[in-house]
Amino acid sequence: MLIQLTDQPIDVAAVLQAVQADGAGAVNSFIGTIRNQSTGRRVVRLHYEAYDAMAVHQLRRVAEQAQERWPMLQQVAVLHRKGTLEIGDVAVVVAVSTPHRAESFAACQYIIDTLKEVVPIWKKEEYEDGTVWVAAHP
Amino acid sequence: MNLSIALFGITREIVGAPTLEVALQPGQSVQQLLEQLHQTYPALGELRSLAVAVNNEYAPADALLQERDEIALIPPVSGG
Repeated sequence: MLIQLTDQPIDVAAVLQAVQADGAGAVNSFIGTIRNQSTGRRVVRLHYEAYDAMAVHQLRRVAEQAQERWPMLQQVAVLHRKGTLEIGDVAVVVAVSTPHRAESFAACQYIIDTLKEVVPIWKKEEYEDGTVWVAAHP
Repeated sequence: MNLSIALFGITREIVGAPTLEVALQPGQSVQQLLEQLHQTYPALGELRSLAVAVNNEYAPADALLQERDEIALIPPVSGG
């Protein structure tokens, strides 16, 4: 299991390599990237902040939950950036390997969906005329 | 008891500091901590949600706090 919260760029090829397993016929990945607009506003860059200790703990918890739900999971990797990211940068990578493809899609989606709900990481969008903490207010 | 509460994201900006020292009677709960904080910082009440983490886990409202706990406010998360 590879779990990482990092202020350095994520090497996606290395992550895919890390989940290779002889018993796996499928490797599935989700790569979250920084896009240039949000709710109609032009985004200049993003700032990610994390509660480091809890974020790593919860990232690991999510990966372990996926292993419990899909016991055939061979390898799991979840990496998330923090700090300032520019348009096109990779913010998060989830990668799993499984014997067959169906479980790989399901496990990968479960991990990214749950991560977004529970892991204490916050992003602040920077526009040309201000900043907003995403999803903070109703 | 004196609690040190770690703040992140918008809660850090609302309070204006990365940590907050709060004096509570011994045996107070997460709910009582939140009520006290909402009185002092009404802007916390405008958030979509506000959770409390105790020792890196989300704490239920009736969890009792202890001075040695590592406590943090968790505003709506937005990772990914």
